[in-house]
Amino acid sequence: MKSKASSRLFLILKWVILLVVLAAIYLPLIMIIAYSFSTAKSVGGDFGDFTFVLYEKLFQNKTLLTAAKNTVIIGLVSALLSTILGTTAAIGIHYMRRKTKAAVDAASQITIVNTEIVTAMGFFLLMIFVRDTVRIPVNFSIWWLIITHTVITMPYVVLTVSPRLKQLNPNLLEASMDLGAGPMRSLVTVMLPQLAGAMISGFALAFTLSLDDFVVTNINSFGANVETISTYVYSGIRKKMPSDIRALSTIIFLVVLIVLIVYNVIKNKKAKNEARKNLLK
Amino acid sequence: MKKKKAKVFRPTAFAFPYLVVTVVFVIVPLILVLVYAFRGENGSFTFDNFRKVFTETETLRQLVQTLELAALSTVVCLLIAYPVAYILSSAPFKKMAILALLFIIPMWINFMLRIFALQSLLNMIGLKKGFAAAVIGIVYDFFPYMLLPIYNVLSNMDKSYVEASRDLGANGVKTFFKVTLPLSFPGVISGVSMMFMPIFSSYAITKMMGDMNTTVIGAKIANLFEYQNYGNYGYGSALSFVLLIVVLLFMTLANFLTRRSQKAPKGGKAA
Amino acid sequence: MKNPFIRIIEKFRKDKAPKQVIKTEPEVEQLPLKKSDRIIEVKNITKVFDGVTVIDNMNLSIKRGEFVTLLGPSGCGKTTLLRIIAGFETPTEGTVYIENVDVTNTPPYNRPVNTVFQRYALFPHLNVYKNIAFGLKIKKMDKNLIDQKVNAALKMVGLEGYGYRDVTSLSGGQQQRVAIARALVCEPKVLLLDEPLGALDLKMRKEMQEELMAMHKRLGITFIYVTHDQEEALTMSDTVVVINDGVVQQIGTSKKIYDEPANAFVADFIGESNIISGIMVRDFCVSFLGEEFSCVDKGFSKNERVDLVIRPEDISVYPEDSPKGQLVGQVVSSIFKGTFYQMEILCNGYQFTVQSTKETKEGQTVRIGVKPDGIHIMKKLRSTNKFFGEVTGENTVTFCGGDFTFRNTDNLEIGASVVAEIGFDGIELTDDEEDGTIGAYVSQTLYKGTYYQVQIYTDTDEDFYIDTKDEWDLGDRVGVKINPDRLKVERYDPDGEEAREE
Repeated sequence: MKSKASSRLFLILKWVILLVVLAAIYLPLIMIIAYSFSTAKSVGGDFGDFTFVLYEKLFQNKTLLTAAKNTVIIGLVSALLSTILGTTAAIGIHYMRRKTKAAVDAASQITIVNTEIVTAMGFFLLMIFVRDTVRIPVNFSIWWLIITHTVITMPYVVLTVSPRLKQLNPNLLEASMDLGAGPMRSLVTVMLPQLAGAMISGFALAFTLSLDDFVVTNINSFGANVETISTYVYSGIRKKMPSDIRALSTIIFLVVLIVLIVYNVIKNKKAKNEARKNLLK
Repeated sequence: MKKKKAKVFRPTAFAFPYLVVTVVFVIVPLILVLVYAFRGENGSFTFDNFRKVFTETETLRQLVQTLELAALSTVVCLLIAYPVAYILSSAPFKKMAILALLFIIPMWINFMLRIFALQSLLNMIGLKKGFAAAVIGIVYDFFPYMLLPIYNVLSNMDKSYVEASRDLGANGVKTFFKVTLPLSFPGVISGVSMMFMPIFSSYAITKMMGDMNTTVIGAKIANLFEYQNYGNYGYGSALSFVLLIVVLLFMTLANFLTRRSQKAPKGGKAA
Repeated sequence: MKNPFIRIIEKFRKDKAPKQVIKTEPEVEQLPLKKSDRIIEVKNITKVFDGVTVIDNMNLSIKRGEFVTLLGPSGCGKTTLLRIIAGFETPTEGTVYIENVDVTNTPPYNRPVNTVFQRYALFPHLNVYKNIAFGLKIKKMDKNLIDQKVNAALKMVGLEGYGYRDVTSLSGGQQQRVAIARALVCEPKVLLLDEPLGALDLKMRKEMQEELMAMHKRLGITFIYVTHDQEEALTMSDTVVVINDGVVQQIGTSKKIYDEPANAFVADFIGESNIISGIMVRDFCVSFLGEEFSCVDKGFSKNERVDLVIRPEDISVYPEDSPKGQLVGQVVSSIFKGTFYQMEILCNGYQFTVQSTKETKEGQTVRIGVKPDGIHIMKKLRSTNKFFGEVTGENTVTFCGGDFTFRNTDNLEIGASVVAEIGFDGIELTDDEEDGTIGAYVSQTLYKGTYYQVQIYTDTDEDFYIDTKDEWDLGDRVGVKINPDRLKVERYDPDGEEAREE
């Protein structure tokens, strides 16, 4: 009786901990969403009337819209590039001998473990060096940001694709070449279909990492006049934080939420189908 | 002993583009950091930049404060994330996959917007910008990254370890401290390393949450750019180089600890 | 422990240390093939992976239409050889010819050979039909023709009607059939099979063995089959190539390899055997375990030390009081194996494995005998250790990274290039590495009846053979001491290089 009561108490305690932490995580987000429908100067101010004014303002705010557009363009293009580079790299690394593999893995780890400001500084110096010392006419631009984002996200694609490769039959690529298909053809017709799932995960990861990036973008967009959402919000610290950011935040929260829910529903459905298929065997 | 050049295609060649990109955009920049760190204004070799880094009391103060901030935030975050991960991976909650997802959803939201939201809330309840607010901001930002690896290790851990411990007469508390905690150590290390070093670069958070006196060392480097301190790359490079050494030391320590903890039977893999 | 017969365990070498191939001269009797008969020829092939020599200067010709098996323990280089023929690996040195055309640098997709992989390597995203059609589609064959060929191939492997099945839904045996059909439908000149039956259960394996043999007969193309299963090799193939440590040990028909193993390795690897060290007294007479026996071998020098192999079924068991049989022994164990008794009989310190239909009891004293044609004499792999070195002191010679003392009777000057020679019994091993002149790993031990033959290799990648009474554990570090009286040091004569062993 007593132990039952105490275990029940424990369960309640566990729920309390979880709910408190969840509340701490979501309260700020909920407040932002709520105040995106108010014209109050800041969150917590006099709410006033429920209104879509901030959304109207948002869609007239050219700078913020451009920043959002830049963020998406940089994210998509760099994620695409890093998926291509990362996937081919994962395949190549997979077939390397242990020593070479260890060396290449170590090199890919650099950007992952290095603190971002140093990576950002490195990119900056590379551009300065190529522009001012080698004197190649290049400069900071959206393309430079795309390149830097590709470089920092591609090791993560390798990390996503590699485990899938390890699960594959080790001779697949060889079997394809043995049957007469050249390397590129083998890559496209045999390897890519096996890796599609992992590549999509890798792409999504690269995309979100790019969207989330601030430090590299901040240092390397200097003088290029390219703003992303991150740098836009950051610059709001010194000036006055425009209230339509609340509307933008709300839209982004909702998009993330919808994408994640849809993704999980699809994933669960797939898992169920897979399970059914296995049962039929 | 003539060596024939192998013309046969090796699948390893697929990694070639990636390797070229890595060399040009990762290795070369690091070399440049090193070169600029030892370069004086007139292009000659000098230790001046390092001398400046280590003699300016302001820089040293910021370095110490960064370490304080990183250590404190990491500990606080761990103290919150571990119990949550433990509860989420235990009996009735384990099956509620959506519940765990709720905790890590913020990972996918732009961190700057999340910090903005948190700042608005703290502002609303009247907490002033400062060291404490900065710690809260950092913990808030890194929480999912700390939670996920610990949760992965705990939820993949073989149940029989715990059962064996109970079977051998250890009570719940003893089992936790003698079995579960040591086995989840790789996840803890992984979470800590995903948080500790990145804090050095988290100047956006300290700027938004902290006061004039609260800052991280990354801000120092960023300032060189922000205030258009052109041509002063030497100083920034030397500082970057020092940070690089700190990163290396930290990673060596983390690897050492992970390896030591993995000498015990593996509990599961951190994803 | 109970079976002190033979321990050739070389796995260790791959795991722990750089491998160095034993430089012995195995008897490779291969009749020169006519040029037109040769479908595959490898010439002086060497393959080094990360500093480890996996194939060492190998030469091999394969006759058109034969079923050839590459047989050896795991890690011996047989799969690497197959992969070199298929084009997945490029040899470090040497040339590969297919139909007398140099294909060493031809990529796999341009070679007229196809491979059946150990774990099938079927494309999981394609169904059975599309898997088989894969190679034909790449050749841009007409659709109707592809259809015809794929259906014929499905029929050949007994999978008619399975075309639209998902390959992952098939059983192991069925997947293997699809893999075979996929390779054969391309009409290769040579079919390469890399342990294709390794993943199947015993019953399935037997069935597939027969099918493969029938297929080979019907199609008439050359099969090169890699396996570590000696029984499989002996049953299926026309020619067996026994490989160890990257070196061909023997090439021959199944029968020849079983009856007349070329050396102790082959004898041990193929079937069960008793391997004993002996001395060839004269032609047709060999002495071992203190007795002289008649045999059918000749042509050895007088009193040459040899290895001899006696198959367990060639030993006859007689009662204690019988006039027959040359050796008296005690039965250590006797187990009924269905059609015969498997016995361990201890005679003069050697434990024979014997198979006989006569029943014996443990502890019983028996006489055993061997007919002359049951004894097969083999040349010793090597009878002395020879190393190249330099005189570095009045009585000091340096080789294998150590300074050894010797009796400088020839008054060799310091700096002279020399060849040092030590008999197998002139070397002493010590438990503590520090006690020896140099240190080495124990890489092979072979029980030779009354003593162990231990092979060690040094940190300078050289091999020593030592005859010793003691048993040494594989992989142990040992010290090496050489008796100065037994160390022969001769001036190095470059003209005599060909004659040198090392």
